[in-house]
Amino acid sequence: MSARKPDPGRRRCVIQSYIIRRLLQMVPIALLVSIISFFLIQVSPGDPSTFFVSPDAPPAEIERVRERLGVDQPMMVQFGRWLGGVVQGDLGVSFFQRRPVVEAYFSALPVTLMLALGGLLVALILALPIGILSALHPNSWGDRIATLFVFSGISMPNFWFGMLLILLFAVNLGWLPAQGFIRGAGFVGVFRSLLLPSLALGYPNAALIARMTRSSMLEVLRQDYVQTARAKGLRARVVMYRHAFMNAINPILTVVGLVIAALVAGSVVIETVFNLPGIGRLVVNSVMRRDYPVIQGSLLLTAMMIIGVNLVIDLLYAVFDPRIRYD
Amino acid sequence: MKLQTDARSRLRAAFSGGYGRIVIGAVLTLTIVIMALVAPLIATHDPFQTSVRTRFESPSGAHLLGTDEYGRDVFSRIVYGARVSMFVGVGVVLISTVVGTIIGLFAGYFRKLDNILMRVMDALMAFPSILLAIAILAALGPRTSNVIVALSIVYTPRTARVVRGKVLSVREEDYVESARVVGLGNLRIIFRYILPNVMAPLIVQATFILALTIIAEAGLSFIGAGTPPPTPSWGNILADGRPHMYRAPWMTIFPGLFIMISVLGLNIVGDGLRDVLDPRLKGSQ
Repeated sequence: MSARKPDPGRRRCVIQSYIIRRLLQMVPIALLVSIISFFLIQVSPGDPSTFFVSPDAPPAEIERVRERLGVDQPMMVQFGRWLGGVVQGDLGVSFFQRRPVVEAYFSALPVTLMLALGGLLVALILALPIGILSALHPNSWGDRIATLFVFSGISMPNFWFGMLLILLFAVNLGWLPAQGFIRGAGFVGVFRSLLLPSLALGYPNAALIARMTRSSMLEVLRQDYVQTARAKGLRARVVMYRHAFMNAINPILTVVGLVIAALVAGSVVIETVFNLPGIGRLVVNSVMRRDYPVIQGSLLLTAMMIIGVNLVIDLLYAVFDPRIRYD
Repeated sequence: MKLQTDARSRLRAAFSGGYGRIVIGAVLTLTIVIMALVAPLIATHDPFQTSVRTRFESPSGAHLLGTDEYGRDVFSRIVYGARVSMFVGVGVVLISTVVGTIIGLFAGYFRKLDNILMRVMDALMAFPSILLAIAILAALGPRTSNVIVALSIVYTPRTARVVRGKVLSVREEDYVESARVVGLGNLRIIFRYILPNVMAPLIVQATFILALTIIAEAGLSFIGAGTPPPTPSWGNILADGRPHMYRAPWMTIFPGLFIMISVLGLNIVGDGLRDVLDPRLKGSQ
């Protein structure tokens, strides 16, 4: 149909150079993220040496600890050392836990990732059917109820919704555990302990995806090729999936990218409600203990992870929409 | 008769065009705003008054929404808590809108600044919002005014990005071009010719930021990084109620309902405003 068919070999080459260019674009952002993470914590009042030695100790002793921690150096030197460590995967040692920040972070990460994944699944399972059905019957009663449902979701704090779920399912009905997470409890145990938190995390985030699905589908359903496919006598389901949904997917994907960042942010408070030992719990505990290396490291690593996710999503566009050009 | 149906259908068109939603949403949110403004008149008790004899009383005529662990009246604490939410919300909206607009205008207009300014905004947006706010509050200390600073830093990039996007399309318009040809200064062009065109998406954005801020403030206070007790805020009332969910579920249910009413109102207003002010954005967020 199109005038010239793109050569697949050339296209692969173009995509490769696009990926490299995108990776290079990440460098300044990653550097800025490091600078922000470092200096943010530096402005905090108080001397970290007070964690290791009492302020009443002899001045020589305090000076020795300051030297060991490197806090006697000028700020730029400290930053250089820290950045050097970051590049080698060394983010310092937790004041409180007395173990490397990287170790503390990665032992908490799996719980947060499972929770975020659970939240994403809940959000998609709710949002895609709602969005598609609303687009098929715009301004019907079903559409209105769906809109209200979706609006209620974004309008409540996820941790409050989580507490309501605990009240209903754990306290009143006693079906599921109210909180906690048992390592090595097996699949059923993990599933049971993550079900309520995933619901709490997923429902508020379903709204964005559902609304984008609805508007994106409405846009596509107006297009000629959908009319053509219908006129050809194709079954409604085939038209919906092959012709409409696959073409509506890119804007939806963009929103899913935003939602993943929102899920990670949302899990911080959800983990507190359900007592789950993830990144959020780690950071919140570190704030209370003024464990700055952990806060700094978690901030940096989480931001890097989100930058990575956004890159992957950008690349997924290419898979779903071959029309996109990369030069 | 004809006239009547005509009027009715016009009313319906205006309603679905966004005005109805603005009214409904505004009523919900303004109820909470007024509650915050005249808190001393509405509160039935002193929100700080503790009493051993009235601990964990369920909702009744004497205590509309029950009492908490220290015998304080939950309804009065929620009414005063609205002040914290609105104070933080308005503060964050003002700061992030002004700063974000200036950054967005300059980034969109001066191509050289664009790269630097927007990379910084991208970097700030790479942090999950609550995590960044927590880190800033860890550095500054938990205080209501610091919550405003932290959330302003978190939400400024969003406004900057919206404004920049709009500026990029507006700066190519003929009237901007002719202003440049006539020899008007850059600042004059930015504030006289470009800024007015940015207002519509900016107002919509401000409504959504107010909604996000109310939820974020509650979350921060809930985990103990925001407004410190005993000052009542919606988030720390929920935190107080969490260990006693079984005994005193009203401490969990009601503060959240008030958060939901105000945020739902704002989201409905924002949605309606978007359709009225900028029909091309319909359905997106």
